[in-house]
Amino acid sequence: MNTITIPDEMELVYSKPETITDTPLHYCPGCTHGVIHRVLMEVVNEMGIAEQTVGVAPVGCSVFAYNYMNIDMQEAAHGRASAVATGIRRVLPEKYVFSYQGDGDLAAIGTAETIHSVNRGENILIVFVNNGIYGMTGGQMAPTTLLGMVTSTTPFGREQSAMGYPIKMTDLVAQLPGAYYVTRQAAYTAATVRKLKKAIEKAFQFQTRKKGTCFIEVVSNCPSGWKMTPIEANDWLEKNMLPMYPLGDLKVPKE
Amino acid sequence: MYQFQYDSTPKLMKGNEALAEAALRAGMQGYFGYPITPQSEVLEYLTEHAPKRKNVVVLQAESEVASINMIYGAAGAGARVMTSSSSPGISLMQEGISYIASAELPCLLVNVQRGGPGLGTIQPSQADYFQATKGGGHGDYHLFVLAPSSVQEMAEHVFLGFHIAEKYRMPSLVLADGALGQMLEKVLLPKDGSLPYAEKSWATTGKTKDRERNIITSLHIDPNKMEMINLQLQDKYRKLKQEIRFEEINTKDADIILVAYGLTARICQKAMDLAKEKGIQVGVVRPITLYPFPYEILSTLAEKASAFLTVEMNAGQMVEDVRLAINGKRPVFFKGRMGGIIPNPEEILLEIETIAEKQQLKNIYA
Amino acid sequence: MIRGTVHIETEICKGCELCIAACPQDSLALSSNINRKGYRYVELVQDNCTGCVNCALVCPDSAITVFRQSKSAVRKIVSASV
Ligand SMILES: Cc1ncc(C[n+]2csc(CCOP(=O)(O)OP(=O)(O)O)c2C)c(N)n1
Ligand code: SF4
Ligand code: SF4
Repeated sequence: MNTITIPDEMELVYSKPETITDTPLHYCPGCTHGVIHRVLMEVVNEMGIAEQTVGVAPVGCSVFAYNYMNIDMQEAAHGRASAVATGIRRVLPEKYVFSYQGDGDLAAIGTAETIHSVNRGENILIVFVNNGIYGMTGGQMAPTTLLGMVTSTTPFGREQSAMGYPIKMTDLVAQLPGAYYVTRQAAYTAATVRKLKKAIEKAFQFQTRKKGTCFIEVVSNCPSGWKMTPIEANDWLEKNMLPMYPLGDLKVPKE
Repeated sequence: MYQFQYDSTPKLMKGNEALAEAALRAGMQGYFGYPITPQSEVLEYLTEHAPKRKNVVVLQAESEVASINMIYGAAGAGARVMTSSSSPGISLMQEGISYIASAELPCLLVNVQRGGPGLGTIQPSQADYFQATKGGGHGDYHLFVLAPSSVQEMAEHVFLGFHIAEKYRMPSLVLADGALGQMLEKVLLPKDGSLPYAEKSWATTGKTKDRERNIITSLHIDPNKMEMINLQLQDKYRKLKQEIRFEEINTKDADIILVAYGLTARICQKAMDLAKEKGIQVGVVRPITLYPFPYEILSTLAEKASAFLTVEMNAGQMVEDVRLAINGKRPVFFKGRMGGIIPNPEEILLEIETIAEKQQLKNIYA
Repeated sequence: MIRGTVHIETEICKGCELCIAACPQDSLALSSNINRKGYRYVELVQDNCTGCVNCALVCPDSAITVFRQSKSAVRKIVSASV
C-alpha cells in the first residue's frame, strides 16, 4: 500500500478501508461495481466483523470480487450464489454471510435459488446489482433490461411482445415472508452512496437477529454495455432506470 | 488402507437407510438434497434422525442444482457434507460437481441409479457409469467412484468415501442402484464417530488476522495457471491409484472371467456357480472402485484366462475399460440389460456357454 | 470556510470523471497528462476543497483519500481571528 502523508494541520477524513485490497479493479471506468464493493467492505471494516464474514462472488463482471474484498470468499457458479451462501451460513450459523450478484445471475439463471433462499428466510444478505444488462458477456439483454432499450441481443430495442417485461425482482422478493429487510438503493451520487451504506449497515446488524433474509438492490450503471460515458450513464440511470426501479425501502422490520 | 471399526451386533436395514445412518455415524455435518425415487429414503431417514444429534444440518433444497451448490458452499466452509440423488438429479448436478472438483472440495455424492435416458424408469440401472467415471460435467476431472454391491457396503462406502474425499480434497461418489437402495439385508454398521475429521486450513471460516484470506474458486483466467491447476489435478488422480479396490472370486483356475460391479456382480456369482455345474471354470472380478479402475488385475488375469465377459445393466459402458485393460490379449464379450431390467443368472449362463463353445472350452470340460 | 484537500492515486485513476461531477467546489479536473495505463487522470486544480468527501464516495476505484483541517487547527484560526 502506498503511504500517503497527512498534510500539516489536516486530519484524515476518508480513505479506502483495509478490507479492500490494493489490487487494481478490473472494472471499466465509472462502473458502479467498484463503489458497491467499497461500501460493503467499509461497513464490514467499521463493524469490526471482517473475521466473521464470508462473501460469495457470482459469475458476471464481479466474478473477481474476491480479489478486491480482503475477507474469506467463495466464487459460485452462475446464478447459484445464494445457494452457496445458504450452504455456508447453514454450517457456520454464527458468521455473517453475503452474496453479491448481478441481474443476469440473480434474476435470470438464478431466479429459483433467489426466490427459495429468501423464502426459507436464510439469514444472509443478498446484494443485487441491477445494471439492466449482461456486462460480462458483452452487453446482451438482461431480464431487467428496460423496454425499448438497445442491447446486443435486442438490436432494435427490447420489445415486450417477444421478450416480455423488465422483471422487478426486488418487488417479488419483498412479497415473501422469509424476507426481513428489502430495499432498493443506488450508488451514482454521494448522497445515494451514503444511503446505500446505511442500508448495508442495517442489513449486517439484522443478520444477528436471525429473522430472515436481507435483500438490497443497487440500481447501477454499465457504461460499456450502455455505450455511454460514465457521466452520461449515471444521467441515463436517473432518468430511465429510476422511474422503473424507484429507490426506497420495500420492507422494513419493526425495530 | 482405511480400517473400519464396527458395531458388535448387526441390524436389518434397507440400503438407503443404512447409507443414511452411516452418514450420521461418519460425522456428516450437512446434507442437502431433493427427493427422487429410488433414493428418497435417504432424505426421509435423515430428516427424522438428524435432529437427535447436535450440529447436523439437513435441508431439502428446491432442486438438485441448488443442493449441489449448497454442498459447494458448505464444503468450502469446511463442513463434512453429502448429497444423494438418482440419475436425472445427478445429471442436473454436473456443472456444480465440475466446480467442486476444480475447487478441490471434499464431499460425498450418492447416485442410486435408475434406468434412462430421459425420465426413464424408476427400476435399477447401471447406465451412469460413463457419467460417473469419465467426468460427467465439463473439464478434465474425476471423482473417486465406489460401487457397493450389498447393504453392508452401502454403509461402509459412506465412511470410505468421506475418508478419501478429505484425504485427497476431492468429491467421492457412491454409485449404487435402485435395487441396492431398496433391498433389506443384514448390516454391521461402522461405529459411531469412528471417522476423524481432516484438518481444513483452506476453508472459508472467516479470515483471522494470522492468515491470508481463503478463497474457494475454480476460475483461473490465465491459461498457464489453469494448466498448472490441471496438472495438479492429474497428479492427484495418479496418486489416487493406491486406493484401487476390487474383489476376486475363483479367478485362479478360471477360463472365463466375468467382470461386473454392484448388483450385477452378485448375479454373476450365481451364474458362476451354475457354470461350474456344467463343467465350465468361471471366475468373477468385481471392481469396487470404478475410478480409479482396477486395470492391472484384469491385465494380469488375461495371461491365463481365455475370455472375459462383462455384465452390466446398460448398453456396454464398463466393458470399454475392461477392453482397455485386456488390450486385445483375449476376447472380451458383453452381456447387458437396459431400461431397468436386472439380468438373471440363467441368461448369463447362456452367454457363458456360448463363449465356451466359441473358445472351444466346452469340449475340454464336457 | 473549512479547508480540505484530496490525494488522488493517479496510477489507479481511470479518468471516469464521476468525482469531477460530484465535487460541489469544482476543485477537480482531468489532467492533460496520462498515467501508465493510458488514462487521463484527475487532479486538484483549485485550492478551494472543503474536504466534503463527495468525490471519494463516488470513486469506483477508491483512488481518493480526503483530508480536512483538523479541529485544533480550526480552533487556532478562530482564536486568531478574534
Ligand atoms: C452456466 C453459464 N451460462 C452462461 C455463462 C456466461 N455468462 C457469464 S456472466 C453472464 C451474465 C452476467 O450478467 P449479470 O449477472 O447481469 O452481471 P454483470 O456482468 O452485468 O455485472 C453470462 C450469461 C456462464 N458463465 N455460465
Ligand atoms: S461491462 Fe459494465 S458492469 Fe462490467 S465492468 Fe464494464 S461497466 Fe461494469
Ligand atoms: S472533497 Fe469535496 S470539495 Fe474536495 S475535491 Fe472532493 S468533492 Fe471536491
